Amino acid sequence: MLNPGQGRGPDSAGVAGGVSSNSDPFPAGLRVLVVDDDPTCLMILERMLRTCLYRVTKCNRAELALSLLRQNKNGFDIVISDVHMPDMDGFKLLEHVGLEMDLPVIMMSADDSKAVVLKGVTHGAVDYLIKPVRIEALKNIWQHVVRKKRNEWNVSEHSGSVEETTGERQQQRDDGGDNNSSSANNEGSWRSSRKRKEGEVDEQGDDKEDTSSLKKPRVVWSVELHQQFVAAVNQLGVDKAVPKKILEMMNVPGLTRENVASHLQKYRIYLRRLGGVSQHQGNMNHSFMTGQDPSFSPLSTLNGFDLQALAAAGQLPAQSLAQLQAAGLARPSSLAKPGISVDQRGIFSFESPKIRHGQQMMMNSGGGGGNKQMNLLHGVPMGMEPRQFAGGGHMRLQQQMSGGGRVAGQNVQSSGMMMPVGGGTSMLQSLGQQQQQVMLSSSVPRRSELTESSSSCRVLPAAPTHSVVFNNFSSELPRNSFPLASAPGISVSYQEEVNSSDAKGVTATTTTAGFGNPSYDIFNDYPQHNSNDWDLQNIGMVFNSHQDTTAASSAAFSCSSSTQRKRAEQVQNHHQQQHLPSQSLNQLNGGGSVRVKSERVAETVTCPPATTLFQEQYNQEDLMSALLKQEGLPLVDNEFDFDGYSIDNIPV
Amino acid sequence: MELVQMQKSLQDYTKSLFLEGVLDSQFLQLQQLQDESNPDFVSQVVTLFFQDSDRILNDLSLSLDQQVVDFKKVDPHVHQLKGSSSSIGAQRVKNACVVFRTFCEQQNVEGCHRCLQQVKQEYYLVKNRLETLFKLEQQIVASGGVIPAMELGF
Repeated sequence: MLNPGQGRGPDSAGVAGGVSSNSDPFPAGLRVLVVDDDPTCLMILERMLRTCLYRVTKCNRAELALSLLRQNKNGFDIVISDVHMPDMDGFKLLEHVGLEMDLPVIMMSADDSKAVVLKGVTHGAVDYLIKPVRIEALKNIWQHVVRKKRNEWNVSEHSGSVEETTGERQQQRDDGGDNNSSSANNEGSWRSSRKRKEGEVDEQGDDKEDTSSLKKPRVVWSVELHQQFVAAVNQLGVDKAVPKKILEMMNVPGLTRENVASHLQKYRIYLRRLGGVSQHQGNMNHSFMTGQDPSFSPLSTLNGFDLQALAAAGQLPAQSLAQLQAAGLARPSSLAKPGISVDQRGIFSFESPKIRHGQQMMMNSGGGGGNKQMNLLHGVPMGMEPRQFAGGGHMRLQQQMSGGGRVAGQNVQSSGMMMPVGGGTSMLQSLGQQQQQVMLSSSVPRRSELTESSSSCRVLPAAPTHSVVFNNFSSELPRNSFPLASAPGISVSYQEEVNSSDAKGVTATTTTAGFGNPSYDIFNDYPQHNSNDWDLQNIGMVFNSHQDTTAASSAAFSCSSSTQRKRAEQVQNHHQQQHLPSQSLNQLNGGGSVRVKSERVAETVTCPPATTLFQEQYNQEDLMSALLKQEGLPLVDNEFDFDGYSIDNIPV
Repeated sequence: MELVQMQKSLQDYTKSLFLEGVLDSQFLQLQQLQDESNPDFVSQVVTLFFQDSDRILNDLSLSLDQQVVDFKKVDPHVHQLKGSSSSIGAQRVKNACVVFRTFCEQQNVEGCHRCLQQVKQEYYLVKNRLETLFKLEQQIVASGGVIPAMELGF
């Protein structure tokens, strides 16, 4: 079972004396930060939480709480905060925590008016407790932590995250009390499992809520395979190509229609992006985003980065090149800065469950604190939600996000670009070893191997795996990532990444990563539902709108980065949707938060085009730059500087 | 007084507080939080509550005595008092605070003054009762006995 208290990195070591905490069954040892200016309440809460066997830190000022959280990024699992505080509004704290730390936040107050409760929801609180708080309410607050993590895992799963992660998750789920084995260094194991996913491509069709039971064979879209694919598609006609026929034409043993379908989605997205117009209306597949893994790389590479690389290598197919040019290659320039040390976790939101994202939604993250007073999300297992959400929710999100999605998408694109371009080795690693290997190793030689259809992603130099992921999304990401971002898990990871990375590039990538990841997951799920023809109308629409929002999305990303993580949590669950009934809220735990996040993201769209930022960063040593120069493509001038992000930028 | 008698008195006294609505079940929650490792938890919390409330009531009096009452300052105080009193189970104090807040919203100075008086009254009442209760407990403990668990027959 998840033992956040112990699973965390070094700072969890020694918690409750290492051994003892290890022997305590979860949720004992949960590290809670409680903030309340009322000393009486604070004392009572502390006592209650200690009785629940949690590790409590109490704080009577919001500013102090924030600094505690900042100093100790992984030092807490959940935050409980009063709404009315003299030095800072509780909701503001909620936002900060969601953005910066992506921790679940529970709000509480003696005020039980609907308006305030709603505010908690919209700001992403995972739950809202009415004072006087009873100990029963506190006994269950651990659910929000688990829920959040599950969302992250789900994202990973969808994105083809490590099966070990899934297995681990399952293990954790199954062994309620067995904290030691599974929880010990949870994050570490997650990371390692991610890394272990070498050459594994998540099969879209396999994504399921409890993927732990499924071993998904991964298809690696090698350069040759991708070439075959593209050849088949071109023969059939891009608009008319259907997975079945493509599969037949390719005639590759072991390849399934589903593999082709997902790959096709990504490819279409990529092409769309290039064309700057949804050439394949309705074909836009989020799947692009779901490409999550290396398989997407090829697409991602296409998106911006790869094309350039390919072009640079002189191997870009005419079509691709043309598309690339048409798409205003400026985007490619937004490639992630090389060397961006994307937080692997963050980048692979899907791969690294831990990111902690939120949605935020900090608020998003489950709010169930046991107390049903406000427990909107109480009792609703999030695990399932993401899926559901993904299917239905993302559509909704898409629509909603269309405005915001753009921005997000843009960012994603940029990030995608950035990734591959950038030497973000770390990112690569997280994405998939294969890609990583490919990428990291001599990028130049690899590039030459790239063919237009080939999984240039792989070849892409050093682009951190993340980038690969993003690449896939590039076209789709804007949208997908956006709504996904709303998902608590997603946004959380997103935000976390942003925060965690100091480097510009990192931030940027992280952001995207975060977005990308969730979207991956969600979208992955979506495609699965419609194996063949995704009705990407919505997406398409969003996509189109996003087309020109590259900058916007970048901006959004940038903004997000600066804001460092919005705790959109549904807390709402992180970010509860107001109109959703508690049940739905719970279900939408991810979704709810997603919503909120998306809204937030939308707001952040105002940020200056992030793509430019990416581009600039990336250009330094990127093929894209070379390519762009070659092609004479104008570089988007980025003003977006991730480094300069600040929380204030985010219009919350 | 015999130990058993003292214990009975304590129980009856506590029960009466509940029946009168001076205390509510939240107080029981506090009592449940008290154990061997935290033997004085309830009295500690209640003492803290008294200290804090004294301060708040002072601030409230000052605020309401101003020429021009700033309700933006008054309301947060009342809100906090409401929160803390409800947390320890001082039901009547809490209820008085609820009424107080509605008058604040209406910006009714006269009404607020009356409410403040009411709050103070209830506050002093519960303070008095709890102090008595603690004394009874101390007597029992001093006599070597244990404080009986509350019977929630009512």
